[in-house]
Amino acid sequence: MAQTHDGVGEGVSLPALLKRNVREFGSSPAYREKEFGIWQSWTWAETADEIQALALGLINLGVREGDFIAVIGRNRPYLYWSILAAESVGAVPVPLYQDAVAEEMAYVLEHCGARFVIAADQEQVDKVIEVQDRLHQFEHLIYLDPRGMRKYDHTTLHEFSHVQAQGRAAHDELIGELERRIATLTLDSTCVMLYTSGTTGKPKGVVLSNRNVIETARASSSFDKLKLDDEILAYLPMAWVGDFIFSIGQAYWTGFCVNCPESADTMMTDLREIGPTYYFAPPRVFETQLTNVMIRMEDAGAFKQRMFKHFMDHARKVGPKILDGEPVGLMDRIKYAVGDMMIYGPLKNTLGFSRVRVGYTAGEAIGPEIFDFYRSLGINLKQLYGQTEATVFITAQPDGQVRSDTVGVPSPGVEIRIADNGEVFYRSPGVFVEYYKNPESTAGTKDAEGWVATGDAGFIEPDTGHLRIIDRAKDVGKMADGALFAPKYVENKLKFFPNILEAVVFGNGRDECTAFINIDLTAVGNWAERNNIAYASYQELAGHPKVLETIQSHVEEVNRSVAEDQMLSGCQVHRFVVLHKELDADDGELTRTRKVRRRIIEDKYADIIAALYDGSPQVSTVTEVTYEDGRTGSISATLDVRDAPVVALQQKMAAE
Amino acid sequence: MLDQTEGYITEDGRKIGGVVMEMKNITLRFGGVVAIKDISFDIREGEIRAIIGPNGAGKSSMLNVISGFYVPQEGEVWFRGAPRPQMKPYQVAQQGIARTFQNIALFEGMSVLDNVMTGRLTQMDASLWKQALWKWGGAEKEEVANREIAEKIIDFLEIQNIRKTPVARLPYGLKKRVELARALAAEPKLLLLDEPMAGMNVEEKEDMSRFILDVNDEFGTTIALIEHDMGVVMDLSDRVVVMDYGKKIGDGTPDEVRSNQDVIDAYLGVSHD
Repeated sequence: MAQTHDGVGEGVSLPALLKRNVREFGSSPAYREKEFGIWQSWTWAETADEIQALALGLINLGVREGDFIAVIGRNRPYLYWSILAAESVGAVPVPLYQDAVAEEMAYVLEHCGARFVIAADQEQVDKVIEVQDRLHQFEHLIYLDPRGMRKYDHTTLHEFSHVQAQGRAAHDELIGELERRIATLTLDSTCVMLYTSGTTGKPKGVVLSNRNVIETARASSSFDKLKLDDEILAYLPMAWVGDFIFSIGQAYWTGFCVNCPESADTMMTDLREIGPTYYFAPPRVFETQLTNVMIRMEDAGAFKQRMFKHFMDHARKVGPKILDGEPVGLMDRIKYAVGDMMIYGPLKNTLGFSRVRVGYTAGEAIGPEIFDFYRSLGINLKQLYGQTEATVFITAQPDGQVRSDTVGVPSPGVEIRIADNGEVFYRSPGVFVEYYKNPESTAGTKDAEGWVATGDAGFIEPDTGHLRIIDRAKDVGKMADGALFAPKYVENKLKFFPNILEAVVFGNGRDECTAFINIDLTAVGNWAERNNIAYASYQELAGHPKVLETIQSHVEEVNRSVAEDQMLSGCQVHRFVVLHKELDADDGELTRTRKVRRRIIEDKYADIIAALYDGSPQVSTVTEVTYEDGRTGSISATLDVRDAPVVALQQKMAAE
Repeated sequence: MLDQTEGYITEDGRKIGGVVMEMKNITLRFGGVVAIKDISFDIREGEIRAIIGPNGAGKSSMLNVISGFYVPQEGEVWFRGAPRPQMKPYQVAQQGIARTFQNIALFEGMSVLDNVMTGRLTQMDASLWKQALWKWGGAEKEEVANREIAEKIIDFLEIQNIRKTPVARLPYGLKKRVELARALAAEPKLLLLDEPMAGMNVEEKEDMSRFILDVNDEFGTTIALIEHDMGVVMDLSDRVVVMDYGKKIGDGTPDEVRSNQDVIDAYLGVSHD
């Protein structure tokens, strides 16, 4: 087995690992994809054959060593093969976010100077064609799904299967060249280039070497004891470093099977069918699933509701303890077992979590209630902290030491240092090589000794050694009276309410804090349905007086909870607005990984922010929106500005 | 400009073949009401042919004549070079003609997949006995083969996520798409669409247009459609027949029709007395 290898052994590159996998477990499944209603699967041996055909086809098309090949599309085995084929021929694969609009793609394609693009379907091809005049080096476009492509000019456009067929036909002529190129790959050659989502400014191309990827995959696989027969569902964007490590790095290191859903919409069904043993999701996915469960329970009969409530209360009490191996009384254990049979088991099965052995959430803080809900069901959900520049892993929670308010201990091989201003620094074998064509940023992030600044402020708990993250170091500011301003801290508290999808808190340099709030259409819509409240649009629902009242009560509750923290009590929300549109990545308000871009929001909604601070009860605004196909339009709305009572500090002090 | 015998090449480079179906002097009456008055036109292999007209112009009646559901009192329908005798609907289906309806006619209680599978019925021939014997009668093999075709169509129309959902639970736009899927499952040579975009919002209309073009492009299916939305018709179709009060008032490419004075009058409204 892979774990017994000393160091990385022969696996100096992903193509080398592929060779090893074919030799050691060639007949085990490597990829599955649901298509035409059936799970189609490929063994490692078949995978190697497909990748080789594609690699030969790429050489045949004239790919040179050092070229960049962009890969755009949803998670499909063919596109994972494209990444491997690109590396095999000595090129650098650059996966892009498939939901990026043409403009964003143009920037990345231009920046890396990709000569080749492998795109999933007509939608992606159209975007590339739209911007290709601006791309000086761009030459060939390969597409996967031939649907609707017949009428296109095919001089520089090639069908994926044709490229493979040509590669197979030219096998004898080109195989020597391919072998030579694979042989020149070392631990230090570039494995992949991933663009950061860019919460501030333009995306940066993070260059990761084989050493980064393989060392990280090796260390993290042994940390969680990943095995050949593990199963994962690959559904997160391929351009995101997490998917690259889970679905490629760890999959190639341990040889487990990567399952690709049929389409984005069938993800939940496919999850249930596969029953992954190793699962990763951002908090938002867990929140959505929990919201759905709760909505469905509210529609269930009274008996079922009572049973659900009774056993879930018990699970909250003892479930996490049982999971952590702490002592729990016999009666409680028996009751938990009964609950498992009646409620937890079927629920986990419905969610697709029956077999999850290791589950991770990261990217954002997860609400303690949500986190505990999954853990109380017996799902080993843990948190990790990482970033693209670290090849994901900085810290992770070991089994048995899981808490919702920390992000765990340093991952194997990672050293952590907290700077005087509270910023977290790390050094590890996973530390990226450089930002492509951006030496200033590289020098600004990574110092000569290899320490990398995370941009996050945090501290290490003295007794447990766990790292706790407070906020983005850049976002932490000061209020006008000098009190600490940590917007994320308040936003997370707001977002833990199922009715609130997104929140943005302002207040840096101001006297008081204010907030923008986005309602969650699923949760609030369901509530409206049950209460016979009719609405025609998101905007109408968001402006409904009863919705505003509910949100107000949430804000007040958050204010009370924020007030308890002496250091951050100044961050209570004095006034807020429920926005008339969802903050959207297409409008540049969020990153593709759905992180808030504060500066852009501050500029775009300057009029609403002004209203939040000048005391006016209402504000009229016109907002430009971008549709999925890149066209723009505008929405106009009149929004209520609500005042939220805050807990006065003097009172609190008097009470103490 | 159109060569009426040999077919033609469209602007976007598709080759349109010879005449598949020809209406010759069709007149259809319901009692004293003349729904269609002496109309002739043809449908060519591989083209998208639209029939448009204001409300009550006789469009749906025309489609029903094409599909063999109505029998005209006068005139003949020629299909593949021969006059078509009066037929039962299933016989029409066996000839390779499939249709969708203006008011969706799906089996509401059945799943999307089952509905699409009903479109395969004309291609299945396992008897009751063979069905009962299932695996040993060969019915299973037939089912699998047909399911594969149904699944390809589900994939094509991107309705995988509602495969197992009962049709009654679906929104209107999706039901329309399911109906198209069922029609496509019959692998028709000629597809008749009765107002495929009625009641849809802009986004749904765009999706549906995309699918209609893709069907025509991928499967080479000849499509005759009735549609209200002029913008959609003009973008989609190769040739357009315009009807008004049971009469044909225009026939030609979208550009020709657009500049036809009778058509402009019919749509902008002139008095009919």
